Amino acid sequence: MAVITFREALGQAIAEEMTRDPNVFLMGEEVGLYNGAYKVSKGLLDQFGPKRVWDAPISEAGFAGLGVGAAMVGLRPIIEFMTWNFGIQGFDQIVNHAAKMLYMSGGQFNIPMVFRGPNGAAHMLGAQHSQAYEAMITNIPGLKVVTCSTPYDGKGLLKSAIRDNNPVLFLESEMMYGMKGEVPEEEYLIPLGKGDIKREGTDVTFIAWSKALHKATEAAEALAKQGISVEVLDPRTLQPLDEELIFSSARKTHRVVIIEESWSFGSVGAQISDRIHKECFDELDAPVVRVTNEFVPMPYNEAQEDRVLPQVDRIIKAAKEVLYIKD
Amino acid sequence: MTTKKKSAVDWDVLIGMYKQMCSFRRFEERVGLAYTKQKFSGFCHLHIGQEGLAVGVQTALRDTDYMISGYRSHTQAIGKGIEAGQVMAELFGKVDGACRGKGGSMHMFSKQHRFLGGHGIVGGQAPLAVGVGFAIRYRNEDNIIVCYMGDAATNQGQVFEVMNMAATWDLPVLFIIENNKYGMGTDITRTTSVDALWKRALAFDMGHSDVDGMDSMAVLDHVTSLVETMRKDKKPHLLEALTYRYRGHSVSDPGTYRTKEEVEDYQKNRDAILHLGQHLVDNKMATADDLKAWDNEAKEKAKEAEAFADASPQPAVEELWDHVLAP
Amino acid sequence: MAEVIEMPKLSDTMEEGGIASWLKKEGDFIEEGAAFVEIETDKATMEYNSPVEGYLLKILVPAGKTAPLNAPICVVGAKGETYDGGKAAPAPAPAPATAKAEAKVPEAAPKKAEVAVEAPKQPAKASGADARLRASPLAKKVAEDKHIDLSQVTGSGPNGRVIIRDVEQALAKGGVTPPGQEAKSTASQDKAVSTPVTASAVAGEFEDVPVNMMRKTIAKRLLAAKNDAPHFYLVRSVNMKNLGEWRARLNKDAEKDARISVNDLLVLAVSRALIKHPEVNASWQGDFIRRYKAAHVAVAVAIPDGLITPVVRNAHALGAREIAAQTRDLIGRTKSGKIGSEEYQGGTFSISNLGMMGIEHFTAIINPPQAAILAVGATIKTPWVGASGELEIQERMTMTMSCDHRVIDGAVGARFLETLVGYLEDPLAILT
Repeated sequence: MAVITFREALGQAIAEEMTRDPNVFLMGEEVGLYNGAYKVSKGLLDQFGPKRVWDAPISEAGFAGLGVGAAMVGLRPIIEFMTWNFGIQGFDQIVNHAAKMLYMSGGQFNIPMVFRGPNGAAHMLGAQHSQAYEAMITNIPGLKVVTCSTPYDGKGLLKSAIRDNNPVLFLESEMMYGMKGEVPEEEYLIPLGKGDIKREGTDVTFIAWSKALHKATEAAEALAKQGISVEVLDPRTLQPLDEELIFSSARKTHRVVIIEESWSFGSVGAQISDRIHKECFDELDAPVVRVTNEFVPMPYNEAQEDRVLPQVDRIIKAAKEVLYIKD
Repeated sequence: MTTKKKSAVDWDVLIGMYKQMCSFRRFEERVGLAYTKQKFSGFCHLHIGQEGLAVGVQTALRDTDYMISGYRSHTQAIGKGIEAGQVMAELFGKVDGACRGKGGSMHMFSKQHRFLGGHGIVGGQAPLAVGVGFAIRYRNEDNIIVCYMGDAATNQGQVFEVMNMAATWDLPVLFIIENNKYGMGTDITRTTSVDALWKRALAFDMGHSDVDGMDSMAVLDHVTSLVETMRKDKKPHLLEALTYRYRGHSVSDPGTYRTKEEVEDYQKNRDAILHLGQHLVDNKMATADDLKAWDNEAKEKAKEAEAFADASPQPAVEELWDHVLAP
Repeated sequence: MAEVIEMPKLSDTMEEGGIASWLKKEGDFIEEGAAFVEIETDKATMEYNSPVEGYLLKILVPAGKTAPLNAPICVVGAKGETYDGGKAAPAPAPAPATAKAEAKVPEAAPKKAEVAVEAPKQPAKASGADARLRASPLAKKVAEDKHIDLSQVTGSGPNGRVIIRDVEQALAKGGVTPPGQEAKSTASQDKAVSTPVTASAVAGEFEDVPVNMMRKTIAKRLLAAKNDAPHFYLVRSVNMKNLGEWRARLNKDAEKDARISVNDLLVLAVSRALIKHPEVNASWQGDFIRRYKAAHVAVAVAIPDGLITPVVRNAHALGAREIAAQTRDLIGRTKSGKIGSEEYQGGTFSISNLGMMGIEHFTAIINPPQAAILAVGATIKTPWVGASGELEIQERMTMTMSCDHRVIDGAVGARFLETLVGYLEDPLAILT
């Protein structure tokens, strides 16, 4: 199996789907001549030409809406936001138009398209470039929301997202574009709406996605040395959520810690916690504990940023809390 | 640039336009009445007074052209081919409505007739229109898309964004500003820096013109020539149509921001239906009795539409779960 | 200033009290220190003496009803005085247990200093109104499946929450009610509470008897004892000839109501044996075993609606007549319901004697925190191979000691019984 970077895996997914379906096109800032702000679209302009790969003006509302309109009449746009922090300029088009079109037209106009780009904090990007949007965008019926934590998942999920007949919001991470991982040469798809057990365990379940999954895994490894067996679950698709997988793991370990690089109030983790408490109440030996960003805008200062984001020590502490282990 | 009025090419076409304007007006009157009888609820924006523009534009198009509009679109939807009964049934939230009762007054859609809504976010339809224009170009079709918007929508940022894109990329979008002088209750001159809205196109080096929207024959001639050009050069165009709505912004609007005299002046001296009727009588193409008979026909058709909507059953409550996501 | 009188704590284990009867009615004057209400605790019916003086303005808990500890039961004040209705609102259910409430109790106690003469001290730890069981959902579910009484499991989680680990430890200790007789009876008790009428029950074919405080306490404590203390049983047969002769001598000139009973002599012999074997005169304390230096022997006494075990204190230091006198007094007051709670607490060993009822031998459930109980059967003429090897008819009694194996091992118990049998068969040996 080839070992490639996350950005290469995502680029392969786009290229394969553009080859497969001529209705698929890519539009976004710097995706063409510049080869992508994060080089995900490197080489695509050369491969597919200017009719399929479009450098957009700095007009997120405009090109997000252009994508929605094109999707209404049968194209399959991939709209790249250089960052989801810019993407919210296009929220009206995503929320009021893409998400609602099928419903308010009584089933006539579905919107087969992907909005994608990096989400959440990277490293010292400051307050305006570090927001995590999963809580907001999972709260809107009519949208699918997908995250990915490995190059393998990223490619398989993005291909499925492009083939999906609905607006899919695909969340990547600046920090992970350079991460390497095994990706098979042959074609594969990962279905949306299916989570994945990244590590099996028996004592406590960690639920995390995207970049936070790797901190959760690091904490799980540290806890393994102390004899604590952690199951690490990546829901991958946040909307719709793979609740069955989450419930089965919670019922198995009886203890759950949710780790998210997002804010605590009304978050995806809060939703998962609520669902576990409702559906697995009699199986829990401790309340679900969440490890989230501190409730402040993201500071620029490095130490402050580290303090705001969930770190391994906080995850371990939370695990011990649900395990009733006193240090 | 102001269009020069040409003599109408075909009397049958003009008679058809006259009949259609009568049916638009009688339909909307019927809608207003049904609203006051509480046959339906929610927002209801009537098009009475603006029929001349709707009928002139529609007559200049062919069936394969696309149309998209704002929230005042009952008659445009009917003009594009949706049965009046289906529009009325949609208003009543019935199962035979254009969108099975899921859309309502502001959201008429027909995939079959290429009427792409019916949108409730002011200016939000402009990016969608540009997306359709993009798809037309992507597929090398010679269709165009008409994008109606109100005068006040020209102050929305995303409208500017996509006019730029349409002009930059030569996308065949005919932006038509229905300038009825008031953005809800606010005189457009109080909120807009330019004294004519076609001047917005100057910023994008885009083709532009204006037309008397109360003169259906002028609209027909002008739009016919515009569309002919656009099919070839694919370039967008901004047309400002001066028009006037006789009723309030919505059914609940008392219209205190303008004088009775102003409204009466339009109704008596500039009314599109009176204007075309006079032209037909002057040219001996119809008698006053003919006009009366056609108007009675229109009244009957409106009654039939209401009867159809009355008779249509409610959709099953369980249908609320349908059309959230496409399969 | 009107005073709200609250349900007093009149026994160490009571969590709620019943109003047996009001000795005064609304409007009556109550002297400070005078009995004005009879409270049914989990152990006995006690008179409660008024901590204040004044008119009984309002009875908040009528006779026959129960109230949690510290819940208002009545208001006493000047004639015609108004009082704060909110504060005096009766509390039908125990207040939710919170950490705050626990902290407040000791603070409130000094304010009631004048009451404290009559009423026992307020406990600092959670009880009564504060005794809501905290357990994780999983712990509750497993406990229900395995018939574990969670109230007897110490919670190691936050705020004393019982977590699955605690239940598993209780299971490992054998804290499961075995799936036989007792498990069934527990289950049927539960059912009786939730669904008093079963499908097969026909009206008129049964009678539902309300469970009083004492019965509830017996049910709870004995279930806990059987769950928590791993019982084993040692049986010995005793030749009662010499003890009987000795007793006859002691009673030769005694008035009828001053006679020494076989049971009194058993208390005497047991107390001496306990001093000789402190490892039996002991109790399980979780992470240590406490051995007592004095022998306080509890004697089970049947009363009409239950069972009470008054304690003969320092029995090891008392003579047979003193033991007899004390026991007679205790039993008499037990049967009339006038025994104080301190008089049936603090025993270090129990004797239960059903011999006078013709029971040949039986086993008893240990009365925690004690480590053993002696079940005494009837003295019966029995054919026996005597010391000479000849078959004789002897007056023999069979006794069975139930031991808590956490405290007492088999050999330890056996040695104790050996000593006891020696004393009973040769009473003079007690002096040695």
